[in-house]
Amino acid sequence: MSDISLPAFASPKRLPNLFDIAAMVCFVALVVAVAGAARHTLAPLSAAEATAIHLDPAYLPGYALRTTLRMFAALFCSLVFTFTYATWAAKSRRAALLLIPVLDILQSVPILGFLSFTVVFFMNLFPGRVLGAECAAIFAIFTSQAWNMAFSLYQSLKTVPADLDEASRGFRLSAWQRFWRLEAPFATPGLVWNTMMSMSGGWFFVVASEAISVGNTTWKLPGIGSYVATALDARDMWAVAYAILAMLVVILLYDQLLFRPLVAWSAKFRFETTQGAQAEDPWMLRLLRRTRFLRWVGEGVGQGVDTFTGLRLQFLPAKPAARTQGAKPSRLVDAVFYALLGVVVLLALRRIVTFCAATLTLADVGEALLLGVYTMIRVAVLMVLAALVWVPVGVWLGLRPAWARRVQPVVQFLAAFPANLFFPIFVVAIVRFHINPEIGLTPLMILGTQWYILFNVIAGAAAFPGDLLESANNFRVGGLLWWRRVILPGIFPYFITGAITASGGSWNAAIVAEVASWGDLKLHAHGLGAYIAEATAQGDMPRVVLGVVVMSGFVVLFNRLLWRPLYAYSSRRLTL
Amino acid sequence: MDVSSDTAPLLQVRNCRQAYHKDSDTDLVVLDDVDLTIRSGEIVGLLGRSGSGKSTLLRIVSGLLTPTAGEVLWRGSAVRGPAEGIAMVFQSFALFPWLTVQENVEIGLEAQGVPRAEREQRGDDALDLIGLGGYSSAYPKELSGGMRQRVGLARALVVHPDLLLMDEPFSALDVLTAETLRTDLIDLWMERKLPVKSILIVTHNIEEAVLLCDRILVFSSNPGRVAHELRVPFPYPRNRHDAAFRRFVDDIYALMTRRATSVPAPDVRAEPVVQPMQPVSTNLMAGLMETIAGEPYEGRADLPPLAGVLQLEIDELLPLGEALHLLRFADLEEGDIRLTDAGRQFVNSDMDARKKQFAEALRTNVPLAANIRQVLDERWNHRASAVRFRDELEDHMSPEYARDTLRAVIGWGRFSELFSYDEEADQFFIEEED
Repeated sequence: MSDISLPAFASPKRLPNLFDIAAMVCFVALVVAVAGAARHTLAPLSAAEATAIHLDPAYLPGYALRTTLRMFAALFCSLVFTFTYATWAAKSRRAALLLIPVLDILQSVPILGFLSFTVVFFMNLFPGRVLGAECAAIFAIFTSQAWNMAFSLYQSLKTVPADLDEASRGFRLSAWQRFWRLEAPFATPGLVWNTMMSMSGGWFFVVASEAISVGNTTWKLPGIGSYVATALDARDMWAVAYAILAMLVVILLYDQLLFRPLVAWSAKFRFETTQGAQAEDPWMLRLLRRTRFLRWVGEGVGQGVDTFTGLRLQFLPAKPAARTQGAKPSRLVDAVFYALLGVVVLLALRRIVTFCAATLTLADVGEALLLGVYTMIRVAVLMVLAALVWVPVGVWLGLRPAWARRVQPVVQFLAAFPANLFFPIFVVAIVRFHINPEIGLTPLMILGTQWYILFNVIAGAAAFPGDLLESANNFRVGGLLWWRRVILPGIFPYFITGAITASGGSWNAAIVAEVASWGDLKLHAHGLGAYIAEATAQGDMPRVVLGVVVMSGFVVLFNRLLWRPLYAYSSRRLTL
Repeated sequence: MDVSSDTAPLLQVRNCRQAYHKDSDTDLVVLDDVDLTIRSGEIVGLLGRSGSGKSTLLRIVSGLLTPTAGEVLWRGSAVRGPAEGIAMVFQSFALFPWLTVQENVEIGLEAQGVPRAEREQRGDDALDLIGLGGYSSAYPKELSGGMRQRVGLARALVVHPDLLLMDEPFSALDVLTAETLRTDLIDLWMERKLPVKSILIVTHNIEEAVLLCDRILVFSSNPGRVAHELRVPFPYPRNRHDAAFRRFVDDIYALMTRRATSVPAPDVRAEPVVQPMQPVSTNLMAGLMETIAGEPYEGRADLPPLAGVLQLEIDELLPLGEALHLLRFADLEEGDIRLTDAGRQFVNSDMDARKKQFAEALRTNVPLAANIRQVLDERWNHRASAVRFRDELEDHMSPEYARDTLRAVIGWGRFSELFSYDEEADQFFIEEED
């Protein structure tokens, strides 16, 4: 049950430095630029209409397949991005100065807010064809997956054990060999884990990104997400149920055929020198290892990979591989780099100012900020509630290994299941029982993300040392004292890990959760998510940009001022 | 071994100096003016306390580290980066946990581009030589420490290096395993089965150095220098219970403690001497004083047998002795330790009196501790950030030494109740008396 990896943070620093600000400016300018392009191209595109989605369940397997394919296409892009971006950042000190803050901000940005202009952007690239919308959907999933994978790889590359590094240099491995023999294997467990987490999160976005309306135009890509959207318009509850069933099967297959075998396989690369208790191999991996034909294929592939990764390639001219301690990097190159960076930041600033001054007033900014506070209150209340419910449950389960073993896969499964498929059920309930949408819509934000809290708390309680439990028993520590002094500090680092994921996900979910519809009936809660969603629906690009930027700001502040200090505290004080 | 290579030195290190920058301040010197020549057919030992720079020198020789000044010549040409013909065995084994024993052993050959079939053959040979024939498909984590180090050795030998570097190869192993591995190494060396010409081994274990080496370079610390060079006159295999062997070990102990006594006793009134200290537990200090005061030592003990009885390595015993010497509870001379009157008084006191005496000794003999207490007394809230003291220390020593020194002072201050330390706030403070 030690399948836990800590959230990917660039550094434990709290206050933004100059490079963070530079990264933020560049990022906002990029958003503005894309949005600007999108605005100009909106009109000619409105002719492009999407294919009809059929509510007949017979179409569902086909839709499910399309949805899954989109998912894996995005995963492939994310892996390509991870291996280039993270490797670049890890190998170049100067590049890392900018690349890492950029990654940090991208990680905090509400991806769903982007959908509108990425759709228009990609439609513009492939006018009048479905390919554009496909690319936009894949891009949306990619943006939900790539950042934490890149972070994970970057961190692994930066923390390669010193003695193995020396051994690989001492035995004169080429840069290529070093990467495949030392760096990539060392990064594998973290990367696999983060990829899996990304995939789990990705199902949510693939469902959300298949049916998009910008202004008067609606695109529906064949898939489970648009199937549900169509069902909502038609008020067809049975269709919603079929969609949930189809998704259930898809996630079950993905979990059993891919997730479990991969995680079990990656345990081989864990950097530990003692032999820990080994979990039983998942059936899929056992099958792969036992079947003679598959093993034969596997060995052939393995030998090929071995030869390929063992090539003595050296991409950069072989420089002396010796470290020089205390050597100062070239000042001149530094100066050129900083100057270039300064120019880029200035250009970006100008772009933002001209864009905003043309369309937005201070009152708009104030409104967005106020709505941001509403959404923040929602997220905070939900986090507290989720903690109150899931911490006791998680502790109870985690301390009973038999239960934990059985429940943990179910919770992982729930975390992967796209919660937005369940939204219609809630919406119907709200309408039927006349619940105030301000309150009724709120729980939707945490529907999919609360499992991360449960899942990490179970892992934490399961990893809690038995001797500490025994000594607490021995001194008859019970009741509140037991929670306060024994178990809560013990699971705190795990709880924080889960809470960071859950809180980030909830911000994102606000965009789809604060506005809901059932046929012609629209439900609306005040918040930044609703603001972005409505601006998108009206095709009001400046407001979308404003909403996304304000939300990113809130998330970044939330991370820097709350989660990071807590995380730093817990890893300093409360790790065993 | 052919005759021609016996005459020309394999490796030469000349005027080697390793320093590293601390901002604008003076350089911190880790190694100063080191010369080293290694010829074919000898085992050379670098012996010194931890922090004496011997491991740094090994990394310079291997080409992993470029020295600040001086030159390293390998078979007559300058070393730039890891050189062919030099292979290293690591203290921590440094095996790749995701590669099998066989794959680990082959990694050096793979880097050279040796074809797969030849790689497998040579890997098998090396594993057989080192006694790990049946383990080729095992993963390192399935092996015991001793077997892992055998894999480390096989991995270095398989590339047929002319020079084998060993960085404290046996110090992570238990006593029995280390002894077996040393014996096996010497046997292979004597039978000329090792495909190497010379071995350079770093150790802090005096007996190990005398057991294995033809020549021993004794390092002094801070900055690291070659203080002595000794030729070991005994033929292999050596017997550690032999009287001449014991005398030789005793002599090296005396050499290594001589430097410790030559440290000038600090004087608070003069310019405060900032010297690095090692965080030694006060429990151990008290325990050592009690042992020396009791039977059979009666206040004076010979260090090598004392180390044997207490099962302490010289690396552990010497810092203890030096701390006692610094606080004037004991004197170190020529491999002996002798309790002072203050030391006897400490042994005969109860806990409260011990704390008071320790506090007094700390204030008189450790300017840093006296300084901290003085600052705290002057503050209205009796709290002071540790940062300024750490910065001050770092002006005079490396950050690692500064950290150790501060930890030593914190531990001693806490025991003597001279001052307390709040780790969360990184502040010193004085406990309120009630």
